[in-house]
Amino acid sequence: MPDAIAEAPHPTDEELHVKHHFATADQQMDADTLGMWTFLITEVLFFGGMFAAYAVYREMYPLAFAATSEFMNVKIGAANTAVLICSSLTMAMAVRAAQLSRKKDLIKYLYGTLAFGSTFLIVKAFEYHAKYVEHLIPGPTFHPDNLAPQFQHNAQILFFLYFCMTGMHAVHMIVGVGLLTFLVINSYRNQYNSNYYTPVEMIGLYWHFVDIVWIFLFPLLYLIGHWHW
Amino acid sequence: MATTYQTTPEAAAEEPVNYLNVEHGWKSWLFTTDHKRIAMLYVFSITLMFLIGGSFAMLIRLHLTQPQGLFPPEVYNRLFTMHGVVMVFFFLVPSIPATLGNFLLPMMIGAKDLAFPRVNLLSWYLYIIGAIFAVFVVARGGVDTGWTFYAPYSTTYSNSYVLSAAMGVFVAGFSSILTGLNFIVTVHKMRAPGMSWMRMPLFVWAHYATGLIQILGTPVVAIALVLVGVEKVMHVGIFDPNVGGDPILFQHIFWFYSHPAVYIMILPGMGVISEVIACFARKRPFGYEFIAASSMAIAILSFLVWGHHMFITGQSVYTGIVFSFLSFFVAVPSAVKVFNWTATMYKGSVTFESPMLYAFAFIGLFTIGGLTGLFLSTMATDVALHGTYFVVAHFHFVMVGGMVVAFLAGIHFWWPKMTGRMYSEPWARFAALMIFVGFNLTFLPQFVLGYLGMPRRYAAYPPEFQVLNVLSTAGASVLGFSLLIPIVYLIYAWKYGPKAGNNPWQAKGLEWEIQSPPTTFNFDETPTVTEEAYNYGPLEEKQVA
Amino acid sequence: MSSEVKEHHHTHIPEVGTLVKVFVALIVGTAITAEVATFDLGEWNVVVALAIACTKATLVAWIFMGVRYTSQLTKLFCVAGLVFLSILLLITFSDYSSRSWTHHAKPWATNPSLGTSK
Repeated sequence: MPDAIAEAPHPTDEELHVKHHFATADQQMDADTLGMWTFLITEVLFFGGMFAAYAVYREMYPLAFAATSEFMNVKIGAANTAVLICSSLTMAMAVRAAQLSRKKDLIKYLYGTLAFGSTFLIVKAFEYHAKYVEHLIPGPTFHPDNLAPQFQHNAQILFFLYFCMTGMHAVHMIVGVGLLTFLVINSYRNQYNSNYYTPVEMIGLYWHFVDIVWIFLFPLLYLIGHWHW
Repeated sequence: MATTYQTTPEAAAEEPVNYLNVEHGWKSWLFTTDHKRIAMLYVFSITLMFLIGGSFAMLIRLHLTQPQGLFPPEVYNRLFTMHGVVMVFFFLVPSIPATLGNFLLPMMIGAKDLAFPRVNLLSWYLYIIGAIFAVFVVARGGVDTGWTFYAPYSTTYSNSYVLSAAMGVFVAGFSSILTGLNFIVTVHKMRAPGMSWMRMPLFVWAHYATGLIQILGTPVVAIALVLVGVEKVMHVGIFDPNVGGDPILFQHIFWFYSHPAVYIMILPGMGVISEVIACFARKRPFGYEFIAASSMAIAILSFLVWGHHMFITGQSVYTGIVFSFLSFFVAVPSAVKVFNWTATMYKGSVTFESPMLYAFAFIGLFTIGGLTGLFLSTMATDVALHGTYFVVAHFHFVMVGGMVVAFLAGIHFWWPKMTGRMYSEPWARFAALMIFVGFNLTFLPQFVLGYLGMPRRYAAYPPEFQVLNVLSTAGASVLGFSLLIPIVYLIYAWKYGPKAGNNPWQAKGLEWEIQSPPTTFNFDETPTVTEEAYNYGPLEEKQVA
Repeated sequence: MSSEVKEHHHTHIPEVGTLVKVFVALIVGTAITAEVATFDLGEWNVVVALAIACTKATLVAWIFMGVRYTSQLTKLFCVAGLVFLSILLLITFSDYSSRSWTHHAKPWATNPSLGTSK
């Protein structure tokens, strides 16, 4: 493996990046993993509040919600979903590369994840712009074409949730992009190998979680009503 | 009465290296990762916020001496809101976990620090940022929505600093989440060899359960505040009736956190009381397993009862029935604890040092507070009592008579460990007594006022309620003054008090086996635990100081 | 301490084939979700869409995030998060569903201008 990072067969605590308050590298890894999962639970509840609001209002105003679907571009939404799924694959491959001390692959897959993630965000930006141009921002400027008048009010609730939920998701993606950049820089500096790849794995968990949120957002926001090719 | 604590023989001995004197300078404090230093940073900042919140309390009580009030109603709305916001989010929620929990939890399980020391420091920084927002709001005239930020007043009609207040609470909420996260991982992964779950001090169990609530509940109030903020900025939102939104949905999302939050506030206090009673009754807590299990039961059940804050706001009566039923359940584990504490004292060897005085006060006052909660969880009586001073009295009994008293018990109990110095016991007993008297005088009349129908959050009241209100204010003056006394003698003791030695109370627990104040890494070598917790024998002979 | 030899364990290293298979399943799932939404199945549309979404999410968690090979504790934490989210969703939802069981408690359901299905 010409691009593998040389590793000592019996790495020292320093090579394992063990901090002073931990007894072993395993304990630190266990603690880091549990810590990240605990953080992800908080994220589940954080997004969960908005899902609760969505569930309640969809039950209250099913027709108004369904009417908003014509303003969502399902093809773009589905394509963006696929982009995010690709980024999850490259992220999983990046973690694997780190576990196998394959620095070049690690960097390649991190860049791949960055590329897919950035693509997602750029597409999102275009979608938001389109919504703005079509007067779909809730509030005084809300003035969609071809929306039945009886839905004018309640549709704003859906669009409010659309912007809040996808917006909060986008914020998490942007943070993720920052974290990935940090990983790329450190990868160039030979920080990660089979003895120590915890940050790659932890940020991978975060990235996959953000993907899972989108997996639910796509059908719930884009596919409320029916669409046609 | 003979003194019942040990002091080391006085020698002009050099102060051994400890976490306080190992480094000096503001950088060593502001960039520390030592959980003990972070705890002291919190002690300082939380005390400051308590004084701010307390000042608002004094102004409220001053206002209420007059049936028509002293301040205009708009001002009064800001006073009680700021009192609530500061006290709930910047004092009660962090109090024991961020101070005593941070300081003691690693030691109690034989660890050198929490699992994530830098996250711990970040947690304090977030608290400070949140507090700066809060102080900014205070300086700019406050927010007037009530600490509960109900829509649509908060989103649409209030023209006070709602966004800034919400931001401050949001940031402080993440401080709380990170503290809870740290505690949970620490308890799971950093217990010393031999420190099994059932050998952990009950203080640790309490903080673990609290951590669970912090991570599960706080994110939900965070998103509630985000939604309020966005609605305020966009001038429309999901709680806006004009577009079909339901303000009650805000209440659901808000109380999903805020009810468990009250257990975030009280569980650590219960943990303190378990430790104090065990020490001063010289006995292993009765039903240790039940006390531990009850902490977990409270954490879980607390998430099932939030609607009892919404019985009369428009929630479905059937959902209300379910919430009422479940609210009776959540009282049971608390009652289990109270019975276990009293059973611990039975046939124990009880002495009455100041921490124990606070523990006695806690049991009595918390029981009254808890029992009055049952009147509120019963839907039929709540219809009459919701929004009255009965509710105010109820939660002050559990929060002040319970939580603040427990905080004082803990601060006194562990002050010798944290500072290496012993405080003045006579002053401590005097303050405890005055706090007890002042507290009861303040809040017992409020039960009567609530029963008679005086609404809460009203700037004016019928003249026939004035006597009780004046009594309550008199009590508040005593209480307010008395709460300042410990601040004085504790700080004085830190500088000038006699050296306390490792274990002045002869208590059991790993934290008492290391020096006072502890070194930066607590233990020279990670201990191996071979005894059960609370291995108390009879009180040994003491040397009188 | 730092020069002591320590044994340490990796988390499980996944096979590339497994990762690719999950990837394909996720893409296919997305396509199916979009396709099913072109048919009118009434209330079942959202059920199918959510069922597929749950399956996709489970695949991501189980394989990509490695829950399959984690400790019991981690699995318990995942489940716990979902349990408490369900509590929030179910009880809040039950409020709105049951308001109509007493008279006229669902004003939005009787006001035609608000666009309901009933």
